[in-house]
Amino acid sequence: MRQPAKKMRLQRLAVGGVLFLLALLVWWPLWFLCTGALMPLDELEATIGPALGRAEGMVCWHLLPSWPTLQPLMELLLDTPQFFAMFWNSVGQVFPQLIGQLLVAAPAAWALSRLRFRGRRVLLHLYVVLMLMPFQVTMVPSYLVLHTLHLLDTPWAVILPGVFSAFPVFIMTRGFDAVPRPLLEAAAIDGAGPVRTLWRIGLPLGIPGVLSALVLSFLEGWNAIEQPMTFLKNQAYWPLSLYLSDITTQNLGVAMGASLVMLAPAILIFRFGQPYLELGIQAGGIKE
Amino acid sequence: MARDHTLQGAERRAAALLLAPSLTGTTLFLLLPFAETVRRSLFDGRGIRFVGLTNYRAVVENTAFRMAVANTARFIAVCLPLLLGISLLLALGIRALRTPHREGGGRVFKTTFLLPMGIPVASIVLLWQVLFAKAGIFNTFLVSLGKNPVDFMGTGAAFWVLIATYLWKNTGYDMILWLAGRDAIPQDLYEAAAVDGANGWQAFRWITVPNLMPTFVLVTILSLLNCFKAFREAYLVAGAYPHQSIYQLQHLFNNWFLQLDLARLSAAAVMVAGALLVLILLVQKIRTGEET
Repeated sequence: MRQPAKKMRLQRLAVGGVLFLLALLVWWPLWFLCTGALMPLDELEATIGPALGRAEGMVCWHLLPSWPTLQPLMELLLDTPQFFAMFWNSVGQVFPQLIGQLLVAAPAAWALSRLRFRGRRVLLHLYVVLMLMPFQVTMVPSYLVLHTLHLLDTPWAVILPGVFSAFPVFIMTRGFDAVPRPLLEAAAIDGAGPVRTLWRIGLPLGIPGVLSALVLSFLEGWNAIEQPMTFLKNQAYWPLSLYLSDITTQNLGVAMGASLVMLAPAILIFRFGQPYLELGIQAGGIKE
Repeated sequence: MARDHTLQGAERRAAALLLAPSLTGTTLFLLLPFAETVRRSLFDGRGIRFVGLTNYRAVVENTAFRMAVANTARFIAVCLPLLLGISLLLALGIRALRTPHREGGGRVFKTTFLLPMGIPVASIVLLWQVLFAKAGIFNTFLVSLGKNPVDFMGTGAAFWVLIATYLWKNTGYDMILWLAGRDAIPQDLYEAAAVDGANGWQAFRWITVPNLMPTFVLVTILSLLNCFKAFREAYLVAGAYPHQSIYQLQHLFNNWFLQLDLARLSAAAVMVAGALLVLILLVQKIRTGEET
């Protein structure tokens, strides 16, 4: 009995070792971003400058900053108004989308999940098909409608298509499926209307599905590249995600700091939303 | 009976009310404009004169379109097996760390491998440049091994950088799907097999593999559909004008969009939609097949 237990332990150790090595592929970039933001400018120029064609020689990287400083971060936060504008553009484009999705998708999902009516299955199929279509397909239709409504080159060009995305409807529907029907029938007998039932019973019990949809939508919106790139020609409306991707690195320290500030909200949401994120992924793939 | 009828009527009315905002938006922002896209694909550039399938023929005969389709196909052919295999191994590895009483670090690794999904592309652009530039970290490493440096961005090597980037960012997503599938297999099966003297490999071959088949099909199709969204990774690796080995459909669409070539763009979009619709209906069939 001893032998197999020992063998099992060794096996686990080996598996753990391999996973650890792979995990370094994730940890190292995060480490790079955190230490890079604390590195003084001259050290950045000397170490990674060559990679960006700013200095001679080859790149090298110090595991720790030789002289940690908050100076680049301070410069970013205090002296770079452009950065602030982009940051607030991102916020101003992502959160209206989330609020809109909550108002539009949650009631629709509730009806699709918990109410019986003819055509329910067909509608559900429709939402799934729309949800899985990539941007290549929705790009021209979105352009046509935004052009007709004169919304191109305004933040609404990013917000409105996001609000009416089919994706949160589907994820929230999966979440509401967990609400037991007898509870609803009891509420109906007590005379509660459909909106009240959704508010009083549906939202509290179906909140994991709603949060799943919102976490996934946040990550998607915060990382948006295609939509703003296509529909926002005016750089004044660009979100941080697009601006940073196009960065010409006038100031390495500021760029490093900006990368970290871009990362921070996403990591924060990830930290607290991870269970919902996993739930959302599973809802997309496998029947509950 | 009469009461029941009115209850159903009330449910119908409630459903109509609750669905109205979403359906209005979907119709206005997706369905109607898509119908217009289909119409435009059959008309000339100004959308006035009916030209039949001319636009479609122009798209299919276009060399850039062919290259983009071939690149997208090549990307999927290489990326998909790697993505499925690595994510499955990660999921099984994490499972193997678990003991009946402890997670054994499985949680930390699960979080770690899912994390890149949450990392915005924009925040790692700079890092990728440092890694893959001509004088970057990888080349420094290659030179120190006595090899010649590689121009990662300007040659066919860009394709492999894109593959690695895509895997780095998306393996966690598939891993979660695999884990859910694996967790759904009843532990009794393994215990019964152990009693019968099956070893680890036999249990894997005869219990895990067959029971993961439905998961396999779904993960494959979902990953396939996701591969069409690899533009962000390509943009991260090479910006808007990449080496031609990673020039994908989205790049072509962006180009045609800049030229405002709506007729060709519409035809191409309709074709992509048609091809994907077939795949999606397949997923739907599997899903509903499972429910019954």
